[in-house]
Amino acid sequence: MKLDVQMRMSLKAEDRLFQLDVAFQSAKNLIVIFGPSGAGKSVTFQAIAGLIEPDQGRIVLDGRVLFDSASGVNLAARERNVGYVFQDYALFPHLTVARNVAFPMQHCIWNGDAGAAAVQEFLRKFDLADLGASYPRQLSGGQRQRVALARALIRKPDILLLDEPLAALDPVLRGKTRGELLKLQQSFAVPMVVITHDPADVEAFAEDLIVFDMGKVARQISVDATNRSAQLRDVLGLD
Amino acid sequence: MTDALVPLFLTLKIAVTATMIVLFAGVACAYVLGRYSFWGSQIIDAICTLPMVMPPTVLGYYLLVAFGRRGWLGSWLEDSLGIQLIFTWQGAVIASASVAFPLVYRAARASLGGVDHHLENAARVLGAGEAKVFFRVSLPLAWRGVFAGTMLAFARAMGEFGATLMIAGSIPGKTQTISIAIYEAVQAGQDSTANFLVLLTSLVCVCILAASGKLLQRQF
Repeated sequence: MKLDVQMRMSLKAEDRLFQLDVAFQSAKNLIVIFGPSGAGKSVTFQAIAGLIEPDQGRIVLDGRVLFDSASGVNLAARERNVGYVFQDYALFPHLTVARNVAFPMQHCIWNGDAGAAAVQEFLRKFDLADLGASYPRQLSGGQRQRVALARALIRKPDILLLDEPLAALDPVLRGKTRGELLKLQQSFAVPMVVITHDPADVEAFAEDLIVFDMGKVARQISVDATNRSAQLRDVLGLD
Repeated sequence: MTDALVPLFLTLKIAVTATMIVLFAGVACAYVLGRYSFWGSQIIDAICTLPMVMPPTVLGYYLLVAFGRRGWLGSWLEDSLGIQLIFTWQGAVIASASVAFPLVYRAARASLGGVDHHLENAARVLGAGEAKVFFRVSLPLAWRGVFAGTMLAFARAMGEFGATLMIAGSIPGKTQTISIAIYEAVQAGQDSTANFLVLLTSLVCVCILAASGKLLQRQF
């Protein structure tokens, strides 16, 4: 999988102007985008997913052009086959867990029962088999995250974007969930891009680390398996 | 007394028809104006809200100018389709729909605008086209506000007097709605008829409010 992003964008918020000018490429399976709040990380994700349109640039995923301002290509979000787990999970509150997970599989505008067996199997894989009839408001943070992951992965996306996936979890659960996400990446063989401002996530995940600062890519580092902490030490300011 | 039920059934027929029209039109306009911003959209928004603040007789006059036999729309309808709207129950529907429209429109705009856009974006990324986003995410999450607006619109349509009188007149059995019938009964000194009609209308309104309150209480 190769992800190639180059884009420029001006965003206006009240009287402030935020300029985003990022360019990075990666062929790794675990990419981490690291940086402080307001650095433009989530905006970059939204552009990759097709939820916002950059002013100029080119986004190519595995040879497929998702966006190219020069040739006027701008695939709609529904056509990009990009999985996206939002920071607050964005589970549909009016649908049960089963219907949330089945949502991408139902092609018409009415409620249909599409591939109920396939959905059940997926719920089992994510340890949600007993929660199919529950509503998101009845779930814990960890359970909600699993529903969001199941819903994003059921369509077999070409890439999975995770926006601060562990921020809402308590420290104990974070450690456990890091391991689960790594296992998920391997069992689904889906490349993952993770946004975080937690150095522990960087240490756990990054094969390629892209550091954002004030709307630009400050550094990009390839991290190999040996001696990860040493390689990341000066980037993350760890002792 | 069964004679006194005639205006009630006529009013219900007019109000139900008008409410169904404004439900579709109000939600559709709210969706388009909320989602797309274009030159003139704010002016159209103001026009959509105008009947709410305009005196009903003024609105009735505008409808007469448009739909009357010599009106620009009315003369076209009569010449090309043989349809006449004034002094008909369909004309009364137009009058009721005009006054009730802003109630659904404003409620729908507020409710649809209040739906978390992250949820709509999540639906898009999960492969939903705009129709699916609207019918499976936005509308189900906005339905309470739209429903409350629709109930108000129905009540407004039931009670419409001024615009209805202007465009449809007061023809017993055809366009004499319950509000007009009550007014004329009081004018003619027919107190028992007026009392009966008033009590009946009040009962119908209370039942509608109770039913809609019950429907709004049920959780997802």
